[in-house]
Parts: sequence; C-alpha cells; structure tokens
Amino acid sequence: MKHEPVDVLIIGAGASGAAVAWSLADTRMHILCLDQGDWMKPSEYPSTGRDWEAKFYGEWSTSPNIRARPEDYPINDDNSPIKVVNFNGVGGSTVMYTAHWPRLHPSDFKVRTLDGVADDWPIDYDALTPFFEENDRMMGVSGLSGDPRSPLTHPPMPPQPLGLSGPIIGNAMNKLGWHWWPSDTTVATMDYEGRARCINLGHCTPACAQGAKASTDITYWPHAIRAGVEVKTHCRVREILTNADGMASGVVYYDKDGAEHFQPAEVVIIACNGVGTPRLLLNSKSARFPDGLANSSGLVGKNLMFHPYAQIYGFVQEPTDANRAPPTCLWSKEFYDTDLSRGFVRGYGIQFGRGAGPVFEAVASEQKGILPWGADHHRVFRRLNGHRIGVSAICEDLPEEHNRVTLDPVLKDGHGIPAPRIDYTISENSRKMMEHGLARGREILEAAGATDICTNNPIPWGGWHLLGTARMGTDPKRSVVNEWGRSHDVKNLFIVDGSVFVTSGGVNPTSTIQAVALYIADQMKQRLANLFD
Amino acid sequence: MSEPALTQRQRDDLCTIAGMIIPASDEYKVPGADDAAIQADILKTLGRDRAPVIAALDHLARLAGKPLGDLDSARRDAVANEFRATGGAPAATLVRVVLQCYYRDDRVLRSLGLELRAPFPQGYVLEQGDWSLLDPVRARSPSLRRAQ
Repeated sequence: MKHEPVDVLIIGAGASGAAVAWSLADTRMHILCLDQGDWMKPSEYPSTGRDWEAKFYGEWSTSPNIRARPEDYPINDDNSPIKVVNFNGVGGSTVMYTAHWPRLHPSDFKVRTLDGVADDWPIDYDALTPFFEENDRMMGVSGLSGDPRSPLTHPPMPPQPLGLSGPIIGNAMNKLGWHWWPSDTTVATMDYEGRARCINLGHCTPACAQGAKASTDITYWPHAIRAGVEVKTHCRVREILTNADGMASGVVYYDKDGAEHFQPAEVVIIACNGVGTPRLLLNSKSARFPDGLANSSGLVGKNLMFHPYAQIYGFVQEPTDANRAPPTCLWSKEFYDTDLSRGFVRGYGIQFGRGAGPVFEAVASEQKGILPWGADHHRVFRRLNGHRIGVSAICEDLPEEHNRVTLDPVLKDGHGIPAPRIDYTISENSRKMMEHGLARGREILEAAGATDICTNNPIPWGGWHLLGTARMGTDPKRSVVNEWGRSHDVKNLFIVDGSVFVTSGGVNPTSTIQAVALYIADQMKQRLANLFD
Repeated sequence: MSEPALTQRQRDDLCTIAGMIIPASDEYKVPGADDAAIQADILKTLGRDRAPVIAALDHLARLAGKPLGDLDSARRDAVANEFRATGGAPAATLVRVVLQCYYRDDRVLRSLGLELRAPFPQGYVLEQGDWSLLDPVRARSPSLRRAQ
C-alpha cells in the first residue's frame, strides 16, 4: 500500500525522535513518525501489581531477547560480554531507564586534542548548551545547581531527597575526601507540566506508573502531537528506498498485521538508537548503495560504544532506602578526567545505587553465593535485605572499528527482517579503568562499613548506551553524517540518535543524545531553504 | 497450544528442592518454600519459565535417580549441591522462580516488616537526609576540566 507523501518522516519515537519531532513541528511541515511499538499503558506497569519484581525477569526485562514482546526485535549479542538492553515503544528506552541525567562534559568533545586518542567531535559543548537547557525544561529535570565538577545546569526542580542511603554514601565519600553530588535526574520532585511528583515507587527502571519519571511519551510527544505531528504505531520499517537521484524517497514498513506499506517522504530522519539505526541502514542496500545506505565510509555499524559498567556493592548495618526510592540519587566525577598515573587514558563517572527490593536481593545474593540454602537462609537474608548500597563506574568506551553492529546471516525478526549481530570486546584501556573503578568502589564501600562485597565486572546486561555506529564528522571518509546530522551520501537523510556520537564520555548519554537531536533540528530549520545543497 | 503441565513427580521434586532452599522457620515465623500456598503460586505463575524449570527438574531427577524426597538426608544434600553446581541456566531459573514467589508471600513479607501491597499508588515517604554533608564538597574549588 502506498501513502500520500509527507514532508518529514521520522523513524523511531524514542528519546531523539520525539525531541526532533517537537522541534520541527513549528515549521508547520507535515511530519509523520513511525514506531514499531505501541503507546504505553501506565496502568499495566509493574509497580501496579504485587508481582512487580517478578516482571523484571520476564515481560519487563530490560533485554529485548528475554522480553521478546512483539514490538521487540532479537539481537544476536552472543559475541559480546555486554548484552544490549533497550525498550521498543513510543518513548523508546526512556520508558525503561534509570532517569540518571548527567551531561557529557565540555572536555568530552575534544578527546583527540586533549588526550591524543579517538577523535574530536565536529561540534563543541557550547554549541549544545542552549539545547541542553531546552531539553532539561522539556523533560523536567530535578537536581542541585552548582556541582563543582560538572557542567553548570539549571534544573527546574529541586533534587531528590538524600533518603537513608544518600547520607551513608556521602559520609563515606567525605571520609575519603572525594567528590560527590546529588544527581540530576528526570524524576519530577514536584508536580511539573502535567506530571505528578515522585512518590518513591522505587521500581523506576521498568517504567513509572506515577508518571514522575520523564519518558518522551509523556513529555515531548503530547506537545508535538498538539502541534500537528502524526505518530503511527506498530509500524516496523524494513528499509529506506532511494530514487534515481540517490535521494531517500521513503520507507517500506510492515503494519501490525504484517501488511507491507510504502511511505514516501521528502526528508527521512532516523532515530532508532545505535543498534537499530545501523541495522536499518545496512538493510537498505540497493544497486547504488551495495554496502548499505549512507555507508560510503564503511563506518555504518562500526565504533560501537557501550560504556562498560564496573559495579561493586555491599551491605551496611544501617537500613538503606532499598526499593522505596528512585534507584539512583548521587554521582561522583572524582575520576572523570584523564590521569595517566592511573594506567589508562580518559575516565569514568560513578553512579551510586540506593538499594534493591526483596526479590531482587534474594535472587542476586543467591547467585553470588552469599545467601545460603537451608536453615541459615532467613538470618542471612535479614542481614542483606534493605542494607545494600552500590557503586557503578561508567567507563568511557573509546571507539574501535572492530566493535560493531552487522546483520546476522540467520536471525530475523517477526517480519523476516535480518536482525542485528553485535561483535564487541572490552578494550585493555577499559579493563584497566574498570579495575580502577572497582578498587575505588571497594574503598568507598569499606569507608561506609559495608561487608559481603560483590562485583559485576562488567554488568552483563548493561548495554544501555548504544553509541557511535554512524558517527558525526566533517570528513566523509571518516564519518557517516556531517556536523549537523545529515548523511554525507544522501542529502535528505538525517540521523539524530546516539549513533552519531564520536566518543562516549563517562556518563549516561540520554541528555546529550536529546541535546544533539534538538541541535540537529535547529540546524535543519535554519537551512530549510537549502537543506539539500 | 497449552503449555505442558508438570508431572506429579516433577511437582514433588520441585516442592522438595524448594523446601531445601528455604525451609520453614519457627524463629522467624515463616513457612518454607515448600508451603502449599507458595507451591500453588509457583505453579500458577510459571509462564515463560515453565520450559527451563522442567529442564531443571529433569536434570534434578537424573541426579537423584528417584524422587528427591525419598533420599536420605545426606544423599539429598549431595544431590542438591550437585544440582546447584551443574544445573546451569535452567537451575538458576528454578531457584529464581522459587525466590520470587516466596518473597511476595504475605506471611513472609509480614515477617520482614514489609507492607503487603504494590508500590503504586501509595508509594513511600523518603526523608530528606542531612544536606550539610555536602558542605565539604562545596568548599572545594571548582575543577571542571577545560576543553582547551
């Protein structure tokens, strides 16, 4: 079935797709967004039921391979120590994330200049500053301005309370003389733009039933739709087609019933994340683009960056917040910047964890061998449950071409579209960084009086941050899109998600992904008269 | 197509191994995971875990050679240890299923001092904590690395 052409077609309704749709809406162009998932139903979110923790191991798993909803596509990540986690639906992975909201630092955009590794970005922090600010207002950020080791932010809401866990961690960090600060988060600490304030459901990651955690289905999309943007759900795009001029002509997609459609468009914007975007480009082969669309550089799918997480946790005597608070509350940038005496280049942010619920605690502690079977189970469980604090080093992953997304020769999704395959190894530099993070984390836990210390190195299902697979740059031989997100090869094709990252920084990237998306949208608006020149 | 049900032997072994993982305790006034209500919850909610749990129980049956409950205590412990060591992902799933049903049982949650409800819509109260702890951090000079 062929449809009437639209001016702008956005593929993916997640973090970046929603932001770019909202920004472009004021052009009054006909904008359509296709998403393979559906609108979310908060009444079905896990925290509404007594089995809230069990759902995390099945239909609300962070892993699409475990979750296996019809909206998900499988990913062959057997050849990676870090497994991909994501969410597919309107809102994308903002539906299922911890809402931790740091920004990349100004120095993260100049890695080659400062440290002689990887590449500089073609844009700098200052270019993104107004879009960081705009995005913080739109997503609704809580935090405390004035962090001496982070870029200056102006969160519109006060920070989350420190609770019980925050002071335990803060005291430990003060003993060590190390930096810590309340995290910026997209958890609303007061009623904000139609969202109710956080009531500490605790189970934030697999979606917030209260609507206090910002996901783009409840932040950007209502505004974009009111401004005229159209969203079609259960539309899985198979490929982008091109015309005789080598321009994108539209996309082929399957609807919920499996019927094939062609949607023509003047401009195509891809917002499918660092795995979904290269998958789509590589699936869009043609005689003119035999190696996949926008891939004359050969870099589509290469330079995948995850952020290896080195996690260490332990159990203190005092009660912690457990599952009765958002899971993250504090960060540290003590080891963020390069210090070559540590044995590695670049650095990592630290994200502290408040605790866990009883089922998670029982399952994790049994697997680690610290919760016994038999008569002593009850005594030990009471010592562990509600006493956990955690430290996670988010290590900057440098781009390496052998870390990549390709098409699996066998695995396909429910519509028969080739699925992505991940080949990824943790670099020696990252390994050293992770070991450093674990050693410092142990010092923090010991300063807090924690015992029964356990590690996850890396967190195996920790591939949240999917970056670098369609990198941004001024040289068409060394990048996939230019400095304002347009494909070097196809002049009406744009990429706005984390694929365009040149380097990864050492922080959660969603704030920066959305700032980049807003920046690209702004660049497009400024160039509407000659967008394809 | 309906999911295959567990056989009576598999149910018996599941009950026995669950009771070995978490036995009843008079001290804490909690049932064991072999309690009838908890076993019923496990069987009712197996869902997508059914296949790996059956695989785990098949493995357990091979190790035991006869119903687990019919073994003497020492042999039963030896089989359980071997099951734990060699059972792989299916055994881990079985243990997780037992734990996730046990730690939502009203009697168990009550013993732990936890409320018998879903988190939403009541939520929880989070105290502010001592914000003066940040004073030493504020007292230090800003040290954001410059970009050039």
